[in-house]
Amino acid sequence: MVTSNFDYFAPTTLDEATSLLSRYRGEAKVLAGGHSLIPMMKLRLAEPTVLVDIGKIDGLSYVREDGDGVAIGSMTTYRELETSSLVKSRYPLLADAASKVADLQVRNRGTIGGSLAHSDPAGDLPAVVLAIGGSVVARTRRSSREISIDRFQVDLLTTALHDNEIITEIKLPALPSGTGTAYSKFHNPASHYAITGVAAVITVSGGTCTEARIAVTGAGDKATRARRTERILKGKELTPAVIRRAASRAAAEVQDTLNDDIFASAEYRTHLTQVHAQRAIEEAAAAAG
Amino acid sequence: MTVEITVTVNGTAHTATVEPRLLLVHFLRDVLDLTGTHVGCDTSQCGACTVHLNEDAVKSCTVFAVQADGTEVTTIEGLADGESYTPVQQGFWDEHGLQCGFCTPGMIMTAEWLLKQNPDPSEAEIRAGLAGNYCRCTGYQNIVNAIGAAAKAGR
Repeated sequence: MVTSNFDYFAPTTLDEATSLLSRYRGEAKVLAGGHSLIPMMKLRLAEPTVLVDIGKIDGLSYVREDGDGVAIGSMTTYRELETSSLVKSRYPLLADAASKVADLQVRNRGTIGGSLAHSDPAGDLPAVVLAIGGSVVARTRRSSREISIDRFQVDLLTTALHDNEIITEIKLPALPSGTGTAYSKFHNPASHYAITGVAAVITVSGGTCTEARIAVTGAGDKATRARRTERILKGKELTPAVIRRAASRAAAEVQDTLNDDIFASAEYRTHLTQVHAQRAIEEAAAAAG
Repeated sequence: MTVEITVTVNGTAHTATVEPRLLLVHFLRDVLDLTGTHVGCDTSQCGACTVHLNEDAVKSCTVFAVQADGTEVTTIEGLADGESYTPVQQGFWDEHGLQCGFCTPGMIMTAEWLLKQNPDPSEAEIRAGLAGNYCRCTGYQNIVNAIGAAAKAGR
């Protein structure tokens, strides 16, 4: 398959890259690892006339401590995330989810920034970062801003990014002591995309759940917090009955945008969301406290 | 627009002027005439097009040739030294790790990378490592045996 024709730029600095985005505003797309964008271009679902490849810019690939939290460069690959000792120790669900993206060859190219910017409804990392919390740092030629992850995913394949902005970094907060995390996913056997995936970050103190962030992907049009589920968990002892009841509400927020396609019906996705919410919550609760 | 790129493939630098939309796999096959790298699904799934890009195993159907400008690429043609096979190639020969052979270049390039990351993989690790490579003939058993044999020979 051949993509439409486009002009290609491979800047070596962020200043050049953001200038190019401003100059070709509305026409240009940012090319990161390319493992979402290139397949879409081959199918002609995306036909940008200009690509700004940020793969030749040094210094966008890192995982490092940042105050109490962790900062991740936008060009950090899935493979780097799954093998990073800092990610594994601080956010085990992020390392685990990264290791479940597609396959090794894809994980060698695909990036966290690309995944978030693309906002595929079946992507893994948007839900995981949403469950962890934190923010996306985006830069234009003139300025830089932090976008809370809770406001970042806007709609199907749509984020709060402006078309002259490049994601440079993802900032993750420190998780309080007593926090457990998990990501549970039912994947398409060919693409390994999430038919449903649920990320859970749960804090338990004195036997009671004090904080819970649960995010669902694959089921609806974008990664979405399961707030009803979170409300049921918070303030309670996480008994099997409480977890079951909370998980049964996990598809509530995506009910209006449920995907229904050749891979899974809406009804089946609702069921899978509940099953994987239960698994993710159980696993996160077991690791918490 | 056309772009001049220089890619070092199997140790030799090649300079060519290409359209930005030319995929790396087509650059290898159609420009350099290195047809050992196969196009299978063309949708980033089957792994027949796997090559090494700066030593990482990647799917060359999902990389533009312009992205490979200035990099080093190794293809299946770059492995053997004359008649002397690598342990992975020898493993596929000895264990009959193929039937039609279409997936084999990608399988071998992935296996070479896997064994660099993990020289002593378990059978489960080999199978997990091959998640991005499809074989429609063998049922994978002999491919897994071949990589196991290569690991043993390499130790």
